[in-house]
Amino acid sequence: MKEQLEKIRQEALDALDHAGDAAELDALRVRFLGKKGELTGVLKMMGKLSAEERPVMGQAANNVRAAIEEKLEQTRLALKEKALQARLAAETIDVTIPGEPVKLGHRHPMNKALDEAKEIFISMGFQILEGPEVELADYNFTRLNIAENHPSRDRSDTFYITDDESVLLRTQTSPMQIRAMEQIKQPPIRVLAPGRVYRKDEVDATHSPMFHQIEGLVVDKGITMADLKGTLEVLIKAMYGQESVVRFRPHHFPFTEPSCEVDVQCFNCKGAGCPMCKGEGWIELLGAGMVHPDVLANCGIDPDIYSGFAFGIGLERMAMRRFKINDLRMIFENDIRFLSQF
Amino acid sequence: MNISRKWLREFTDITVSDREFDSVMTLAGQKVETVTRMDAEIKNVVVGRVCSIVRHENSDHMWVCQIDDGSGTLIQVVTGAQNVHEGDLVPFARDDSWLPGGIHIVSGALRGVRSDGMLCSFKELGLTQNDLPDAFADGIWILNNEECAIGQDINEVIGNDDSIVEFEITNNRPDCYSLIGLAREAAAAFDVPLHLHEPVVRGGAEGSLPELLDVEVPAEDLCLRYSARMVRNVRIAPSPKWMRQRLRAAGIRPINNIVDITNYVMVEYGQPMHAFDYRYVKGGKIIVRRAGDDKTLTTLDGVVRSLQPDMLVIADETKPVGLAGIMGGENSEIVADTTDVVFESANFLGSSIRRTALALGMRTEASAKFEKDLDPMLTIPAVNRACELVELLGAGEVVDGVIDIINHVPQPVSIPLEPEKLNALLGTDIPKEDMIAYLRREQVPVSDDMVHVPSWRPDLRITADLAEEVARYYGYNRIDNTLMRGTTTMGGYTAAQKLENAAGAAARAIGYSEIITYSFVSPAVFDLIRLPQDSPLRETIRLINPLGEDTSIMRTVILPSMMDILARNYSYKNQSVKLYELGKIYLPRKGQTLPDEPKRLILGTYGEHETFFTMKGEVDTILSQLNVHPAVYRAASGNPSYHPGRCAEIVIDGKVLGVIGQIHPLVCENYGIHDEVYAAELDFTALADALAPERVFHSLPRFPTVSRDLALVCDETVTVGTLEDCIRKAGGELLRGIRLFDIYRGPGIAPGKKSIAFNLELRADDRTLTDEDTTGVVAAVLKALKEELSVALR
Repeated sequence: MKEQLEKIRQEALDALDHAGDAAELDALRVRFLGKKGELTGVLKMMGKLSAEERPVMGQAANNVRAAIEEKLEQTRLALKEKALQARLAAETIDVTIPGEPVKLGHRHPMNKALDEAKEIFISMGFQILEGPEVELADYNFTRLNIAENHPSRDRSDTFYITDDESVLLRTQTSPMQIRAMEQIKQPPIRVLAPGRVYRKDEVDATHSPMFHQIEGLVVDKGITMADLKGTLEVLIKAMYGQESVVRFRPHHFPFTEPSCEVDVQCFNCKGAGCPMCKGEGWIELLGAGMVHPDVLANCGIDPDIYSGFAFGIGLERMAMRRFKINDLRMIFENDIRFLSQF
Repeated sequence: MNISRKWLREFTDITVSDREFDSVMTLAGQKVETVTRMDAEIKNVVVGRVCSIVRHENSDHMWVCQIDDGSGTLIQVVTGAQNVHEGDLVPFARDDSWLPGGIHIVSGALRGVRSDGMLCSFKELGLTQNDLPDAFADGIWILNNEECAIGQDINEVIGNDDSIVEFEITNNRPDCYSLIGLAREAAAAFDVPLHLHEPVVRGGAEGSLPELLDVEVPAEDLCLRYSARMVRNVRIAPSPKWMRQRLRAAGIRPINNIVDITNYVMVEYGQPMHAFDYRYVKGGKIIVRRAGDDKTLTTLDGVVRSLQPDMLVIADETKPVGLAGIMGGENSEIVADTTDVVFESANFLGSSIRRTALALGMRTEASAKFEKDLDPMLTIPAVNRACELVELLGAGEVVDGVIDIINHVPQPVSIPLEPEKLNALLGTDIPKEDMIAYLRREQVPVSDDMVHVPSWRPDLRITADLAEEVARYYGYNRIDNTLMRGTTTMGGYTAAQKLENAAGAAARAIGYSEIITYSFVSPAVFDLIRLPQDSPLRETIRLINPLGEDTSIMRTVILPSMMDILARNYSYKNQSVKLYELGKIYLPRKGQTLPDEPKRLILGTYGEHETFFTMKGEVDTILSQLNVHPAVYRAASGNPSYHPGRCAEIVIDGKVLGVIGQIHPLVCENYGIHDEVYAAELDFTALADALAPERVFHSLPRFPTVSRDLALVCDETVTVGTLEDCIRKAGGELLRGIRLFDIYRGPGIAPGKKSIAFNLELRADDRTLTDEDTTGVVAAVLKALKEELSVALR
C-alpha cells in the first residue's frame, strides 16, 4: 500500500508537470484527488489495515494528498502566469501608431496676445473696460485736445458716420480715457480698454482699415513718468522675454505731456539693423505719456491734485511680433490652417 | 523733413557718424526715419582726362579713347558720344563700377574693341539739366569748368559727399520744418554751439518802396502778417553751383537764381516765400483777400483752378495772381526777361491754407508748411535773407525798406519754472540749474525762475510742456523705472467679461476655433443671406466716406461675416471647419446719436458628420457651461437664411435668444459653398441676463435607479419634444430622466407613423422604488400619451 501511495504521488507530480492548461489541471485533480480518484481508491483500502498500520498509512496518505495539492496550486499559478504572459504578448501594439486626434478649437492669435496682456495688467490692479466703436468726435478728438484742424480729422483718415462729422468710427481707443474718467470719476483709476479701431487705410501687409488697440490709463495722486516707464517695462518683458531691451524716446500726442514712444531692440539683429527692423535696430511698440492736464480737467479731475499716465498699443503688431506673423492680412483672413497653429 | 548734414554744419559743427547722429537726435526727440548717403549709388566713378581719341575701326559713330584716371596707366574706353575731345575732363566709370539704378559697369568689348569702363553723361550720374544748366545734355558731361582733379571721386564733384537725414517731425513742432530749427535741436542734443546768421542787406536800388508797391490785407483774419521787399534790375540766371547742390540735397529742383533763392530760404528758415514779376502786379498793388467773385486762377503749373469764395488769394488791382500760401499764378511767374521782383514773405492762417489745399487737391511744399501754423516772426528775417542772397549772387539790386503788415502776432509767453513740480511729474530729482541749462541749450531763455518762450515754440504753454523739454535733454532713458505706489486697486474681469471668456473656452473645448472679422460689410450681404427687403436689419449705420462699397455699412447681423470666412476656407479646400466669433453688431437706435452695440456669438461649421443635432448638442454644451437656463428649441420655418425644415429658435426663459439650423441651400450657393453648412447665432448680451442660479452640490442618489424602456407608435406629425413634454408632466417627481434612443420607420410600422423609443429613469430620494411605484408611473405616462396624443405602446 505504501508503494501504491508512492506511485500515485509520483504519477501525480509527473502528470502535473506536464499539464498544459486549466482544463487539464482540473482533470488531473479529479483523477488523483476526486471522489473516485486514485488516492481515494487507496484510502478505501485502509479498512483492511491493522490498527497500528492505519494511523501510519493515514499519515502517509495525507502527506501524498498535501504534496499533490501543493503541486496543483503551484501549477495553477504557473499556468495562470503563463496565460497572462501569452495574453499580454498577443495584445502588444505598435505604440508608434499616431494617437486619435482630439479636436480642440483655437484662440485667435491676436486675442491670445491680448489675453496675455490683460493678465499682466489685471495682476497690477487694472480693470478691463469696453466702450463704443461708433463714437462721438467730441470723445475721439476734441476732449483729447486734438485741434479742430488736426489732419487726423480729415475725411481721408477718419471714417465718418454723419455729414457734420460729429459721429465717427473711433480712430483710437483713447476716447476710452475720457469714458473711463467719466465713469469712475474718483481716482484711483487703473483701466485697460482693448478694442476695435478704424482708420482709412487700404489693406496691405501692414495696414487694415479696422484694427485693434489696447488703451491703458492710470490716474492717481503722485503718478510719475517713472511709473509709466516701470509699468510698460513689466508688460514688454512679460510679452517678449526678460532679456528684452527697451528704449523710450520723446514723441508728441496732443493728449499726453510729456509723451513718448517705446521701442524694443530688434529681436532679430539685436540692434545692428536688419530688414525686419528696416535697418533701425529698434522696433516701435507703442505710444504713451503723462495724461495732459487739459484732458484731466476736461473730465472733471483736478490736475493740480492728480496726475496719470496713458498708453496705446497696436494689438495686431504686438501679436505679429509675438507669434512672428509676417502679414497682417492673415489676421483677418481666418484660414483654419492659420488659426490652428496657435 | 529731409536735411543735408553738410549744410547743417553751416549752423552747428557736428561731425559724428551718421549712426550716432541718428541715435542722439532720436533719443532727444527728433526721430530720424532714414539716413541716406548721397554717394551710396555711385561707386568707382572718377574724373578722367581724355588723352587721345580715335575713330573706332568697325564703326562710323563710335570712338576709342585713352583715359588717364590718375592710376598711372592709360585705360581704353569706347564711347558713342560725339562731344568728347582730346584733353577733356570727363566722368569715367571704371571697370566694376556702379551707377544710379543699380547699373554695374564692367569691362567688355564693343564691336571687337576692348572697353574697360564707360564715359558718363550727367543723366547717367542721376543729375538733370536743372542741376547743370550749362552742361550739354546729349553727350558726355564735360567737367573742364568744374574745378576738379584727375582721379577725384565723381561724388565729390557732384556734391554727393553728404548724408541726407529724414526726420519725422511731430505736429507740435512746425519750427523743425526748417534747417535752422533742426540745427537748434541738434546743437541742443549734442550740447554744442549754434551759429545763427543775421541777414545783412545793402539795399540802395533806385526808387522808393512805398511808391512802387502798395499792399492791402482786407482778409486780416486769414493773413496774420504780410512782409514784402522789392528787387530791381534783376538778371535771371542759373544759381551758383553751391546753391544748386544744396537744393538738390534738399530734394528741390534748381530753376533760376530768383526762384532758387526763395526755395533756399524756405529750407533754411522754414518760411515759404513767393517771388512775383512786378510787371504783372497791376497798379503796383498787392491785395490779400478772399477770392469772392473770382471764379478761376491758372496756377504756375498751368492748371486752371476753380476758386471758392472763401479761399485766400493774392490779387493785384484787377485779379488774383496767386493762391495764397499754396502756389503762385501763371500770370506773375518769374521768367527769363523779368527785371523787377517782389518777394512775398507772409504768414497765413494754417487751417485756411489747409482747407484750400485739400479742396483743390494740391498740397505743395509751401502749403504743407503753412498748415502747421508758422511763426509770424519769421517773415522779416526770411525776406531779408532772400535779399541778402540776391546781393550775394549779384542777381539784382534791392530796394530799401520793407513792407510789413501785422494783423496778428502772438503775445510773448512766460511760464514759471517750478523744479519740484517737474520732478514730481517725472519721478526724477533733477537740480534746477540743470533744468535751466537744458532749456538754454535749445535757445529758450530763463531768468528769475521764468521761462521766456520764444515765438517759434508755441508748443510750450504749461508746466508739463517744460517737463518734456527737461526730460528730453536729461534723457528719457535715465528716468527710473518704478512701479505705481498709492491706493491699491482690485483688477479683474467684470461678470460679463467672464461670461465671454467662458463661452470662448467652451466653444474651443468642443472644437470651434475663433475668428475675427470686419465690423463693416457690404450692403449686398443682406441679399446674400436672403434677408427680406423690409427687414429692420437693413436699417444700418452707414459710413459717409467708406473705402469702398464692401466696407460701407456697420453690420447688423453677424451671419454674413461667418459665411464669408466659411466660404473662404471652403474655397481653400479646408475639410471640416468649425469656427466661432464673439463680435459686436451695430443697431441704430431711434432718437439716439450712437447705436446699440450688442454682442453676438456665432458658431458655423461644415464638413463630414455635421448635422443639425451635432450642432444642437454643441450649443447645449456651451449654454450649460455658461450656466444659462436650459434652452427650448422651437421649429422656425420663417428664417430666410436657414433651411425652413431644419431651423429652430433657441428659447431661454421664454425669450428667443438665438437661432440654430442648417443654412439655406440658396444662401450656401450665394457664397459658393456646395456642402451643408450649420450655424447657431446667440444674442450674447441678452444671455448674460438668463443665467441660472449659481450651481450648488446635490447629494448623490442613495437609492437605486430603475430603468424602463418604452417603444411608442405615433403619427409622423408628433414631435419628440411634444412626447417628452407629455411624458415629463405625467411622470411626476419619480421620473428623473428621459432619453430618446431610437426612431424607427419601416416594416411593422404603418405608413405615416413612426416608432419612438425612450428610456425612462425612475428614482426616489428616500426609498427604494417598489414594483408598484414603477408600474404606476409607467401607467400614468402611457395613459397621458394615449389621451393627449393618441400615442400607443408599440
